[in-house]
Amino acid sequence: MILVNTKIIFIAGLLAGYACRHQQQPHGKGVCFMDYFLTEEQQMIKELAARIADEKIAPVAIQYDEEGIFPHDIVKVLADSDLCGVYIPEEYGGLGGGVFEMSLVVEELSRACGGIALAFAGTGLGTYPIILFGNEEQKQKYLPDIAAGKKLAAFGLTEADAGSDAAGVRTTAVADGDEYVLNGTKQWITNGEEADVFTVIACTNRSRGARGFSAFIVEKGTPGFTFGKKENKMGIRASCTSELVFENCRIPKENLLSREGMGFLVAMKTLDRTRPGVAAQALGIAQGAFDEALKYSRQRVQFGQPISSFQAVQHMLADMAIQLEAARALVYQTCRFIDSGAKDFSKESAMCKVFASDTAMKVTTDAVQILGGYGYMKEYPVEKRMRDAKITQIYEGTNQIQRNVIALELIKELSKK
Amino acid sequence: MNIVVCVKQVPATTEVKMDKETNTIIREGVEAIINPYDMYAVEEGIRIKERLGGKVTVLSMGIPSVAELLKTTIGLGADDAVLLSDRAFAGADTLATSYALSMGIGKIGNVDLVICGKQATDGDTAQVGPSLAEKLGWPHTTYVRKIEEIGEDFIRCQRMTEDGYEVVEMPLPAVITVVKEINEPRLPSLKNMMRAKKAVVNVWTADDIGADKNLCGLKGSPTQVVRTFVPVHDISSEMITGDAGEQARKLADKLLTMQFPVGGC
Amino acid sequence: MASIRIISEKCYGCGICLGACPFGAIRIIDKKAVIQDNCTLCGACVSSCKFNAIEMTKDEAGTAGDISAYRGVWVFAEQKEGKVANVVTELLGEGRKLADQLGEKLSAVLLGDGMEAAAQELISYGADNVYLVDHPSLQRFNDESYADIFTQLISRYKPEIVLMGATTYGRSLGPRVASRLNTGLTADCTQLEIDTERRLLLQTRPAFGGNLMATIICPDHRPQMSTVRPKVMKALDPDPSRVGEIIRPDVDIPLDTRVKVLETVTTLCEKVNLTEADIIVSGGRGLGDPGNFALVEELAQILGGAVGASRAVVDAGWVDYSHQVGQTGKTVGPKVYFACGISGAVQHLAGMSSSDTIIAINKDPDAPIFKVATFGITGDVVEVLKALISEFKKRLK
Repeated sequence: MILVNTKIIFIAGLLAGYACRHQQQPHGKGVCFMDYFLTEEQQMIKELAARIADEKIAPVAIQYDEEGIFPHDIVKVLADSDLCGVYIPEEYGGLGGGVFEMSLVVEELSRACGGIALAFAGTGLGTYPIILFGNEEQKQKYLPDIAAGKKLAAFGLTEADAGSDAAGVRTTAVADGDEYVLNGTKQWITNGEEADVFTVIACTNRSRGARGFSAFIVEKGTPGFTFGKKENKMGIRASCTSELVFENCRIPKENLLSREGMGFLVAMKTLDRTRPGVAAQALGIAQGAFDEALKYSRQRVQFGQPISSFQAVQHMLADMAIQLEAARALVYQTCRFIDSGAKDFSKESAMCKVFASDTAMKVTTDAVQILGGYGYMKEYPVEKRMRDAKITQIYEGTNQIQRNVIALELIKELSKK
Repeated sequence: MNIVVCVKQVPATTEVKMDKETNTIIREGVEAIINPYDMYAVEEGIRIKERLGGKVTVLSMGIPSVAELLKTTIGLGADDAVLLSDRAFAGADTLATSYALSMGIGKIGNVDLVICGKQATDGDTAQVGPSLAEKLGWPHTTYVRKIEEIGEDFIRCQRMTEDGYEVVEMPLPAVITVVKEINEPRLPSLKNMMRAKKAVVNVWTADDIGADKNLCGLKGSPTQVVRTFVPVHDISSEMITGDAGEQARKLADKLLTMQFPVGGC
Repeated sequence: MASIRIISEKCYGCGICLGACPFGAIRIIDKKAVIQDNCTLCGACVSSCKFNAIEMTKDEAGTAGDISAYRGVWVFAEQKEGKVANVVTELLGEGRKLADQLGEKLSAVLLGDGMEAAAQELISYGADNVYLVDHPSLQRFNDESYADIFTQLISRYKPEIVLMGATTYGRSLGPRVASRLNTGLTADCTQLEIDTERRLLLQTRPAFGGNLMATIICPDHRPQMSTVRPKVMKALDPDPSRVGEIIRPDVDIPLDTRVKVLETVTTLCEKVNLTEADIIVSGGRGLGDPGNFALVEELAQILGGAVGASRAVVDAGWVDYSHQVGQTGKTVGPKVYFACGISGAVQHLAGMSSSDTIIAINKDPDAPIFKVATFGITGDVVEVLKALISEFKKRLK
């Protein structure tokens, strides 16, 4: 027995040694991975988010998932720790970080629970339109409260008939004097009835096709704006997903983001920046599952040995680790690329989302497999991660659409030469 | 309100293991942390400051490396940190420690309230709080589980007793030691963490605080350790075998023949 | 100032001193021992060196007056609401031994209101004298007035040893008085002995959560003060025929204290107080589910005992902190302690290892708790508890 244990420690040590050659980057309670040369500030952000994940989120993750509880208490913790405004410019009370900083937070929080992390990530999605296209008044009005964690945000694009085919949006916004009148229903909106500030895409001119959409800011409580069904989901159940119902909802014309007809561009530019966030969420979910699987494989004894001594399991673990590290490298590099001021990054953004989410699905499924029967039981924390991972392949643009985007970009680039 | 919170660096004792062969403590790789009870004191100090305004200074006596550890309290919201560090302080027992801390508090000046943790996890004596109050000549209350009210010149608090609590009122300046029940320590915030990175911890020597070196360190310590040894647990348990039912029966047999003091006391 | 050095010629770099140092302050560099900055001059390494290669010089600290004038053993008789705390009789039992060894008197100090009868009882538990200060203002414990009066008495009557209970009041009063008198106080002593040659009290106490025991002396200051936890020492059987003297010293009673106790509130709703209980049934994480803790409570109830818990389950919210046993919880010394699903981490042992009979129930036969257990049961904690409950229900009808 003792002999086998030392062998395991030796092998694990080797693996660990390989993984952190330059510098140990332990995070949370999981294994360490390569040094990504984060700045001091990024390292601080990552460590703080990891502490919150381990100390505050992990204890409640299973319960909130089971009962579908929205994590108001965690939002408060994030607010108190100044993390809510990590990606918001300093002049509006934020930290002035970029997509990388936001993704670091999402990744660490998701390690404990991808659903709870969505309160933060979903707000990011609803806030980026204002950061990118808002005028000074709009930014001053909405960003400080979001940075302080006092308000949550949501992004309203998807409708029953407009998923991948975003041009199928039917919600209308009709100019009427000093106001716009909104009519329509948005479906599957993350944060839903828990959010306070909504950036909504509506049709202002049907005859102009893709140029006929506009983006608006709508506040919760506006007469004519109610919430419909709250969804009962397979995974990320600690997040709120609901319908937004607009019935002759009147909003001031000042709430138009940018100009009429810019709606599509607002949406596309926003999604380009938030896709790494989804990738980071997938990464965190997968990392959490992998950590559990690795730990379990060392403890579970069958045929007189820990299952981590069986080559079949070792190969699975190795493949999972390889994919995780590759996904992480791609996501981090994409974030750096975007934050460096790149003009076009739809392709890269799509790539990291596809790769990280596909990896997450594979890694979490393998994690359940490694835990065997226990992996299937709700008592153990991996089946939840497998359920959580699935959505990352679907929302913010299905991976099929992402591949379309990537292919089109490749062809465009070729034709430029 | 000018608040001083006294903290101590301790080893993270969960890592302390014994080497069976040499009967000594294995100390490699033992992390140094701030005494967990002191974190509640830091949190309470910051909360009072948030309510009433003022300043929180964290004070400690220790070796130079403690300065880095003290910065983490700035990451939580403390304003300043002071470390008393001097060869003359080495080997201090609780009396000498209290003397040095009192001189440090004197140098900080204009202090209204001193908050200490209930006890340190290495020494477990819980003596410094009251002893420090005596050196300062200020009233004190130990085991504070809640501050009912605090004003410019008085404090009313609940002191935890074995079977409940007492309400005690004292004029300021005063010293309190706090227990875990008083609050839930916060996590650091990014803005404070960045401030902490840039912060400079003041390091004061015995001369800086005007301390009489005869009253500090080993020289100023009436108590001395003459011997340390590892307690030997050499009881061999009597293992009771069988299935659960049999084990219960056998155990009940043994206990009842031992004149087990059953039935309530 | 004291100093310590390695006599290089005598040092063989064997490293034994490294192990003896409780602070990890010695390193072997180039085959010689080197003492680091974090040395606290405790001197533990000096005796460990087989080659006498470590030399420590201590300056003679000034003695506080003529310490030979200090004679006698005192016990502080703590009281609450007119009732003397149980720990006091235990201290008198121990104090009696010490006084007899020194050939001196054992006295109790009792502050309160209307405590005449209690004073008499203290004599039956072994005291030769009782210094009684009876006054309405002393009815409730007050840090300031008690410290004032106690210090006056000590300064006047000069006992060489003062023992106090390591209770809430004791741990507040002791250090304050010791500090005022500039003397040494050793907390939570588990063993007290007299070194008759040097006429010193040898005070042994646990450190590092019980991993290490330290013996401490207070050679040059008086009185030598110690606090002792309840249930560590043994009280004598009371002998009502014992004769003693009740002394009512004339002391200044401070009437207008800065510290004011406004109210006393009792909230303990359990029938049995953990620190006083003779039987404790304690549950740990090995129970698996918070729901299973009810079995611990049920067994405790059947046996008329108190409910204890490990830190792990208190932190997990299964039960209130008032039940926590261990280094950061309560120290208990019952006649019987059931450790159910508790692994026996050192910090937990620190709180219950002085129990008379320890019964450990754990599924892991290598759990450290079995090293201190009188009786051990390996098995499924839940099943064993259920069996014990039904067995004792039958037998105790």
